[in-house]
Amino acid sequence: MSTGATQDFRYIGKKRRTKEDPRFVTGHGHFVADIALPGMKHIALVTSPHAAARIKAIRTDKALALAGVHYVLTGAELCAGTEALLPGVDAPKVMRYPLAHGVVRYAGEWVAAVVADTRALAEDAAEKVEVDYEPSEYVLDPEQAAEPGAPLVHPLHGSNVLYRRKFVWGPVEEDFARAEHRLALRVRWGRSATVPIETFGVAAQWDPGQQLLDVWASIQMPKYPDQTARALRLPGNAVRVHFDVDVGGSYGVKRGIKHTVLVGYLAKKLGMPVRFIEDRLENMRGGDMHGPDRIFDLQVAFDADGTIRSLKIRALDDVGAYAGRSPLQLGKPVGAIVGPYQIHSVEYEPISVMTNKTAQEAVRGFGQSPTNYALESAIDQVARHLGMDRIALRKKIFIRKDQFPYLIPSGTRYDSGDYHAVLDKALAAADYPALLAVRDAARRAGRIAGIGIASCLEPSGGNSSFEPLFNPKNQTTTWMDSCLVRVDLSGTITGVMNTSSAGQGHETLVATVVGEVLERDPDTIRVVHADSLNALPSNSPVGSRMAIMLGGAAAGAARKIKDALLAIAAHNLKKGIDELAYRDGSVSVKGNAQQSLSWDQLVEIAHRKFHQLPPGLEPGLQAKFVWEVPTGGALPTADGRIQMYPCFSFEAHVVLVEIDPETGQPKLTRYACGHDCGVMINPDIVHGMTYGGIAHGIGAALYEKFAYSDNGQLQSQSFMDYLIPTALEVPALSIVDHCTPSPHTTFGQKGSGEAGYLGAPAAIACAINDALAPLGASIAELPMTPLAIWTRMQSALAGAKDSSA
Amino acid sequence: MSEALYPVSVDVNGERREALVPARLSLVDFLRDTLRLTGTHAGCEHGICGACSVLLDGEPVRSCLMYAVQADGRSVTTIEGLAQPDGTPGALQDAFCETHATQCGYCTPGMIIAAHALLEANQAPDEQEIREAIGGNLCRCTGYQQIVDAIKLAAAKRAKGAS
Repeated sequence: MSTGATQDFRYIGKKRRTKEDPRFVTGHGHFVADIALPGMKHIALVTSPHAAARIKAIRTDKALALAGVHYVLTGAELCAGTEALLPGVDAPKVMRYPLAHGVVRYAGEWVAAVVADTRALAEDAAEKVEVDYEPSEYVLDPEQAAEPGAPLVHPLHGSNVLYRRKFVWGPVEEDFARAEHRLALRVRWGRSATVPIETFGVAAQWDPGQQLLDVWASIQMPKYPDQTARALRLPGNAVRVHFDVDVGGSYGVKRGIKHTVLVGYLAKKLGMPVRFIEDRLENMRGGDMHGPDRIFDLQVAFDADGTIRSLKIRALDDVGAYAGRSPLQLGKPVGAIVGPYQIHSVEYEPISVMTNKTAQEAVRGFGQSPTNYALESAIDQVARHLGMDRIALRKKIFIRKDQFPYLIPSGTRYDSGDYHAVLDKALAAADYPALLAVRDAARRAGRIAGIGIASCLEPSGGNSSFEPLFNPKNQTTTWMDSCLVRVDLSGTITGVMNTSSAGQGHETLVATVVGEVLERDPDTIRVVHADSLNALPSNSPVGSRMAIMLGGAAAGAARKIKDALLAIAAHNLKKGIDELAYRDGSVSVKGNAQQSLSWDQLVEIAHRKFHQLPPGLEPGLQAKFVWEVPTGGALPTADGRIQMYPCFSFEAHVVLVEIDPETGQPKLTRYACGHDCGVMINPDIVHGMTYGGIAHGIGAALYEKFAYSDNGQLQSQSFMDYLIPTALEVPALSIVDHCTPSPHTTFGQKGSGEAGYLGAPAAIACAINDALAPLGASIAELPMTPLAIWTRMQSALAGAKDSSA
Repeated sequence: MSEALYPVSVDVNGERREALVPARLSLVDFLRDTLRLTGTHAGCEHGICGACSVLLDGEPVRSCLMYAVQADGRSVTTIEGLAQPDGTPGALQDAFCETHATQCGYCTPGMIIAAHALLEANQAPDEQEIREAIGGNLCRCTGYQQIVDAIKLAAAKRAKGAS
């Protein structure tokens, strides 16, 4: 259980090129916007200019009169012809359809869809659709929305509170009463998202002869084919989703179910292939892709030596006007609610509130990064309160490596880890003493500089335990994934995966794992994406799960192939399996290498020579493996304890920031991250996702916000006002690896798809506050924009002047 | 009312391509939809993200901010034009594979175009020059690190090849 575990592997953990890169670097990816179906029509949307309004009338005649325009669809027809999309919690009156019907609930909500020969013609026609609105009351502030008397986003629901529960795990009040110190803090996570460079898109074609809807989409969503069929009132096997579409980035948000229902409905209704590719405005305003927007109120009970006895967390999340799975983003953090720390008891009150804003969807980490930011802010405040060093405090309360498996108060057992070692590695990589010297020298020279530290968990192996936890009517206890491995007559291997990929390198993952088990060169293994009618069950690459779940499934299928080869060899060599040795795909008798059957011979027997097959073995050579999430399968207890995810990766960030005193512009001048995700299948892929996660975290911490005006207009609707970090804002990043294998997985791997993002915002916020501390200023809200930093500095300076005057 | 069409003749990846196009057709849509060169990607269509970058007479431009008719009589190189004649990765593209400088692959063509233009102008860029050269291209997957590594690697290989 230490570093260097990958030395036992032939392909796993080695520097190897990926299978996907060559097609991407030459411009031969296969993205949804590259799909061109014969006779395909295009959609443009008419959207609401109001945060809330009654739709009095829609006039479409002028739009329909334009040449090349085929149809204008409005909410009345679509709502009658499809089933509502329901939220992930038990709130059946909070219904959502792709187009508004009767009322609009946020500025940008889709009101009508125009279908035309080209996108440009559709946009021309959308401008000719006339809608009469009667504006109504709206609510934008989530705390106000939660109060009685607030304008209701969904009056039938009776309240703007979509979900609220107070969990108490352990003797919280007793621990608070016994603690020597208590403090309270409020921190706020701003409304940002992953904002992939490719917007969402979907194309659909209805085949009346087969009664079959073909769908191509830029999708990352569990149960997507089933939900599409259900909403369109089609049998499940009348929808065929093509998972071989390359997804141009997602990181959680590509959940275009409403887009798909709209496009699927139109394709079937019109009998024409239809495609909708969001433009950037549609993506940001109405594309259901805003992330968590949370106010955390925390109370901490602790002793003078730094021991944290108990924690109370109230998390109020603004999900916008509709909800898919977004309320559940308050649920996943239950599985890592104490972070990497020993905390005896916890009270957690998640509150999901609706407002008249764009709907929230899943974002990288599914609510864990905001929670990590809140936890780390609390730890820093405890250190400040006690006058303790931030690092010493963390090391005192870290769960120790000899305490695993470690049961946290909310019912999840952490699998493994060595938090002390990883933090030490990060500090060494950053040269912490030198970092302190640089910071202090900068301060002495009158500059503003700070160091940030964060130590955070990445729950991985995505399970869906938060579904039954937050919705007793939902009894989902499996979140399986699967793989099919096939060896053809020529002896080459094909792996079949059952979902689409958004840059995570799943083809490389499957090939590496199958190659490892069968001892065949991964470069010779092809990996394909089945369509949904050919696919085995999958729950898509959510929740940092594919290294664990797809990797485990691929290994399981490959082992079945290996077992079949051994059985064929045993039968033909007339030996017991334990007398045989498998090497590079050939099987020989132990101690007598001459007596052997080669890979080609074994494959030929499997495919052609039934008379040489052992009794009971299926001819041909293929195997499937469907895997339940390890440690999963149970419903929560009555008091809401549950094993959430199986594996827990850990990351420790150390960052140095310098702030321009004139402009408030922060510059990250040193960044190191210690990272432990167990055994890495492909280190380049893991490092790449971690670098990208840190960059994304820099954006969430400093720049990115979907801001709204007081009248409910989204003010960040383009890349000119929603600022994504460029290569100039992201510094050179040092990642140091550590490997604590997971006992629950095939090779000891853990997840890494959310790595970097789960700790970077906390670390950068910590650094900004360390920089501002000598001025007596602080910020408790993300993003910490240059303007926000500058304003706090000015207030602090003014305050200092006032008090000295 | 149908739109008026205008003839354009553009040298694309060394091949003369002629078409009749509406005046408002953007260069990116011309490349993707008319010529079916789908390696050039539209990311924001307002000139910020750089995914649609192509070389116009050797200079990197945003093909979403140009009309196809503006490219009439000029030369355009797209990501497809930087590959080997058999379609396998060219030297810079190969360096992107070696360092795993791409994940989802969506920004990649524009990024490689920007890097290509840099290396044509500057044989031995330092890290800051590389970051400035790709500073107009957004990537959401990689944090830019392995892209910077790829460009450094490509520059080193070029230098070695030239010596």
